[in-house]
Amino acid sequence: MSKITTPAMVKLSKKIEKNANVTSNTPGREALKRLRKNKTAMAGLIIILIMFIVAILAPVIAPYTYTEQDYTATMQGPSAAHIFGTDNLGRDLFSRCVYGTRYSLPIGIICTVIGLLCGGALGLCAAYFGGKVDMVIMRIIDVIQAIPSILLCIALVAILGNGMWQLIVAIAAGSIEGMTKNVRAAVFMVRSNEYVNSSKSIGVSDANIMVRHLLPNAVGMIVINAVGAVSGAILSISSLSYIGVGLVAPTPEWGAILSEGKTYMSVAPHMVLFPGLMIAITVVAFNLFGNGLRDALDPRLK
Amino acid sequence: MSTEKKNLLEVRNLTVHYETDEGIVEAVNNVSFDIAPGEILGVVGETGAGKTTIALSIMGLLPKPPAHVISGSIKLDGEEFLPSLPEPEGPFDFAKKGPWKAEQKKLELRFREIRGKKVSMMFQDPMTALNPVLYVGDQIAEVIKIHENISAAEAEKRAGDMLEVVGIPRERYKEYPHQFSGGMKQRVVIAIALACHPDLIIADEPTTALDVTIQAQVLQLLRNLQKEYGTAIMLITHDFGVVAEICDRCMVIYAGEKVESGNLEHIFDKNMHPYTRGMFESLPNLEEDTDRLKPIKGLMPNPMDLPSYCSFAERCDVCEEICKSRNPELIEVEPGHEVACILVTEKLAAQNNAKEVK
Repeated sequence: MSKITTPAMVKLSKKIEKNANVTSNTPGREALKRLRKNKTAMAGLIIILIMFIVAILAPVIAPYTYTEQDYTATMQGPSAAHIFGTDNLGRDLFSRCVYGTRYSLPIGIICTVIGLLCGGALGLCAAYFGGKVDMVIMRIIDVIQAIPSILLCIALVAILGNGMWQLIVAIAAGSIEGMTKNVRAAVFMVRSNEYVNSSKSIGVSDANIMVRHLLPNAVGMIVINAVGAVSGAILSISSLSYIGVGLVAPTPEWGAILSEGKTYMSVAPHMVLFPGLMIAITVVAFNLFGNGLRDALDPRLK
Repeated sequence: MSTEKKNLLEVRNLTVHYETDEGIVEAVNNVSFDIAPGEILGVVGETGAGKTTIALSIMGLLPKPPAHVISGSIKLDGEEFLPSLPEPEGPFDFAKKGPWKAEQKKLELRFREIRGKKVSMMFQDPMTALNPVLYVGDQIAEVIKIHENISAAEAEKRAGDMLEVVGIPRERYKEYPHQFSGGMKQRVVIAIALACHPDLIIADEPTTALDVTIQAQVLQLLRNLQKEYGTAIMLITHDFGVVAEICDRCMVIYAGEKVESGNLEHIFDKNMHPYTRGMFESLPNLEEDTDRLKPIKGLMPNPMDLPSYCSFAERCDVCEEICKSRNPELIEVEPGHEVACILVTEKLAAQNNAKEVK
């Protein structure tokens, strides 16, 4: 072949080189790049991070402790001393909402992780082995699904008793069915690829195929669903606390604060407004981030 | 010709059916063949003829259910790899179920030991045969780690060596499959298949997804490595050009049956089965100036509904009344050359009779 001489060809060859550099990025890095460009997803992520910082620095940020009562100032609206106002016992709502991040966030994430581990293992086995294994697992999941998840949680709490760990177990159990279905669907898509068969043909064991070859390829879809599930879990905690089977007073859980405030809603609307806003903002943040992740990880939307 | 040598692979009367809701698909019917050590056997046939099913049965990778091995024997180095016990009839056949399950388990464990070590398989499409999230080097190292008792660092070093063997610089160990071209991916697949120096490689249409230049390169590489390591290859293809290029012997499969087999001379110059002939006639000729290619008319019969007579009869140019009376049997017309055609059988019998009369 002749040497590159004309300027147009030089330009072209430079372009090719540039493109070659672009393709040398790993798929993960590409996805990260797309995620960073997505403004709503980044907004969601920033809100989540702020929530975490608030949870860690709660004693520094909150002007009062969450049980401190001031009987001279009950049910006051927002003011300079109490920016979210006070409740019927004169507790500072801002401090309670700030401490609330220490409950909703970690519980939501722990529930999702537990649900993901149990549901993920079930879904992975169902999709990989197929046949009878799939049949049995999915029929059990169908039965669980027939019970509304909030009812299942209430029933479990009724059996296990009130408390944080009982609540976590109940919500995690309620999320298993959804997780199983998601993981199964994700793994099914990956399983039909030839490299699964080809790794079998070099003697890789079933467990190894599942962990090394199937999960990493399905992880995108699973993570997207898991992030979405965190917001679901946070909502569940709040709704359970609201109806009185979750965390009990004086725990400053957002749902519990809402529940205490509902009696005084007509005279002191700020008592339900602020905890409600906290729940809404957190859930929206997780959903935005989850959607952004989906767009970033799905190569078809490039 | 292969009887005096010890065979590496012996397949006898293999019959595999797929039981689906629509009916029973007779994918492979009564196929027998041998592969000697270091030999390249070409398996030719059209899509759906059962070539891949044969390959998967040897690897023990048939999807069960729906696949059922009805009968036959697959011996690799003299060791039987098909279950000897009958399948239990229904889920409540407890008497047969226990020992059958135990045997299945034992076979599966044994298969896992030999896959990659003694026999490995190359799949058709190199684009999907590699895991997109792992380094190509690590995928080669994986098979070495499984079968050889060596440290991770050593396995990685050997994986790097394998990359060089197939002509890829070792520096590209830590790259992902999407950074490789199709031909390079197929080289990596070859490297994985060869990493533990297996005795037999089953290559399922290894060049179909590649363009002609790369195809030639890959075949050349395969041929060279085969000579170097003395590996036997079962090459599944539907391209006679590929067969002519690298195979020692060739076997033609039609509708799950072996219709003709022999060495290249037998198949290319002295072919006797009308199907083999038809295939050669349908090849374009460089010297003649023709407007149209000459195809074999009709389609392969539905494997769910095979006729009780010669399955090629409906498409055969020379079909006679007798062809629709029974199934043809495979006969050896000369040493190493087998044909399954009733007309050939009859002709041969007539000749023998004439000789005896004389």
